[in-house]
Amino acid sequence: MAEHFSTPYADYDVLAKWDTPSWNEQTREVVRKRLGEVPPRRFLEPDEWATLEAICARVLPQPDRLTDPVPIVPFIDAQLHRGQGDGYRYEDMPDLRASWRLGIGGIEREARRRHDMPFGELDAPRQDSILTAIQNGDVEGEPWDELPPKRFFSSVLLKSVVGIYYAHPAAWNEIGFGGPASPRGYVRLAAGQRDPWEAREIARVDEGTGHG
Amino acid sequence: MGSPERPRARDGRAPNVFRRGEWVPMRQYDDDEEVDFAIVGTGAGGGTLAYKLAKAGFKVVAFDAGPYWRPLEEFASDEEEQQTLYWTEPRITGGQDPIQLGSNNSGRGVGGSTIHFTMLVLRFRPEWFRSRSLLGYGVDWPVSWKEMWRYYREVEEMLQISGPLSYPWGPRRGRYPRRPHEINAAGLVLARGCEQMGISWVPTPLATLSSRRGEAPPCVYRGFCAVGCSTNAKQSVLVTWIPRAIEEGAEIRDLAMVGRVEMGDGGRATGVLYHREGEWRRQRARHVVLAGYSIETPRLLLNSATSRFPDGLANGSGWVGRGLMVHSNNGVWGSMEEEIRSYKGPPVMAITEHWNYTDTGKDFHGGYQFGSQGPLPQSWATSLAAGRGLWGMELRREMTRYNHLAGLKMVGEVEPQAANRVELADERDQYGLRIPRVTFSYSENDRRLIRHAEEFMRQTLEAAGGKETWVEEGTAHLMGGCRMGEDPGESVTDADGRTWEIPNLWICDGSLFPTGGGVNPSATIMALACRTG
Repeated sequence: MAEHFSTPYADYDVLAKWDTPSWNEQTREVVRKRLGEVPPRRFLEPDEWATLEAICARVLPQPDRLTDPVPIVPFIDAQLHRGQGDGYRYEDMPDLRASWRLGIGGIEREARRRHDMPFGELDAPRQDSILTAIQNGDVEGEPWDELPPKRFFSSVLLKSVVGIYYAHPAAWNEIGFGGPASPRGYVRLAAGQRDPWEAREIARVDEGTGHG
Repeated sequence: MGSPERPRARDGRAPNVFRRGEWVPMRQYDDDEEVDFAIVGTGAGGGTLAYKLAKAGFKVVAFDAGPYWRPLEEFASDEEEQQTLYWTEPRITGGQDPIQLGSNNSGRGVGGSTIHFTMLVLRFRPEWFRSRSLLGYGVDWPVSWKEMWRYYREVEEMLQISGPLSYPWGPRRGRYPRRPHEINAAGLVLARGCEQMGISWVPTPLATLSSRRGEAPPCVYRGFCAVGCSTNAKQSVLVTWIPRAIEEGAEIRDLAMVGRVEMGDGGRATGVLYHREGEWRRQRARHVVLAGYSIETPRLLLNSATSRFPDGLANGSGWVGRGLMVHSNNGVWGSMEEEIRSYKGPPVMAITEHWNYTDTGKDFHGGYQFGSQGPLPQSWATSLAAGRGLWGMELRREMTRYNHLAGLKMVGEVEPQAANRVELADERDQYGLRIPRVTFSYSENDRRLIRHAEEFMRQTLEAAGGKETWVEEGTAHLMGGCRMGEDPGESVTDADGRTWEIPNLWICDGSLFPTGGGVNPSATIMALACRTG
């Protein structure tokens, strides 16, 4: 089944506001860096990196950007390289670096156990069913005895992948988010109203989701 | 931008937060000079108190572990970048309902969590100060509501709160200093729902300006409030109490992590040991005030144990670290036919306190307020992923409904329990200090309150036109951990925040709360600081 994605904000580009009063210098600097300086691999091993690429391609598929996807794995690697946590660790979880290592290894191990193949070489439905099993806690043995699978999936994997993706201007575009807004904020606050510098919703073509 | 690595409040000056690149003169004290008050923390408690004490003529030094930000130059319109505002030092969280820490309920920097708070400035219901005697649950506070009412007014004046002309619940409180803001579409969803349900609602009393105040402009509704205000419309501690404290002669020491309260032979505190610019230093002080909030304040007391106080300072009652509370912060989300675009304006522009002031029709003790919501994309995507379990194409498609989302979130009272607490783990942080271990579990009553709120919020959202509603679990705020009281055997401090065992050691922050109430805590923390000061 081909995966299809379309946005109701097809003619919107938040970067077109770069030189307008919606963007101040510090925000331009931050986004310039995010777009221009994709971090190199410094923490993960090459095989961990490859597995994580395959995982991210399922957690956040980008069939609409085959040649130029929003990079995710480099930013996870950078977080791990910096060793910057988010301020807490669940008492039943290893530290963040160990959690990632164990989790990536555990997904790879599950692929080989079930299908005798690397995770990255499985077809999408098989990859998804492994990820779903981890999300639901339906995996056992190493490393899941020391890494609670549901917690890993939700608090570590999803949180990071989704956080990185929706920090990218391409993601702001497809959801019609106003994006940076300083010094100029907004004037029209009522339902159905938008300022001229906000995204225009054109059409909904969410086939089969009931939002039509 | 990144976080500043060197202190800025030094060499006799501090950043002028109202002007790019400019400075204000600041008085400074030598480590060896015995100041009147060393205050640990510059948030809602410590920042407020620094002003009050300096104004009263005392020599004050206030320490903050985090940086002294320049909002105009440094705060980006970007969720990811602004993660630097939170306390991200290692902590362990456990119990049956482990609390999310970090960005959820902490600040690190001059001004503390008020840098990123959502600006709700709400008073406690008067009866909550005597909830045991009058309502039959929790414990009584050692202060009276009438007294607190005066200090709430002082706080509302200092922050120039924009709020409704009249407040439908509780005793009369007079007008707020500034007119309410125009309510955004998300807030009007709450309004419509409440009217359908037959209950009152109000434009939220907010600490963001509805008209110019000196060098601070009115709010432009940019919507990034929860990751720092880049215009100074938000009346955080950084732009209100702190500049005035410096003007009155207080010294602020940024990037200064206090690791220990120093004790003398006579059982009195003699100062603090702090880490700044790569070395440990000692500041002598006649009085020490802890204002590091519900985790760092008890942690510091425990980490300062001596042979005379082997279980930590001021811990004769055993209540240091205990009675830790949060607010249940579950939300009901739904999708609206019309475009809401809740990213515009402060996140919570309308609330109802109906269930804080109504005692009938409840199968639980305590109360809750609930308000409209305005999550930014990262935050909303994380809710859908972690809260609703969406990922893959399902998540990307659902995210295209972002401009149609509407939600209501509760701030629900949680019972104080001795078993919910802060302790020390064996692990150590970058300063060599033992890190905190936080344990939290809801009580049966807490769960009944949450169920009631979820059901009522769902009905309200659906009455306003919300479709496909779903519930997200979560907590907000921290309170308790060093509660005040009337009985030295059951509390850590008296009504003034003075510890029972060490007469010149004080506490002035949210850890003093004996109970949590059903409203956001910052107004009450500041009001207590005004009272102590």
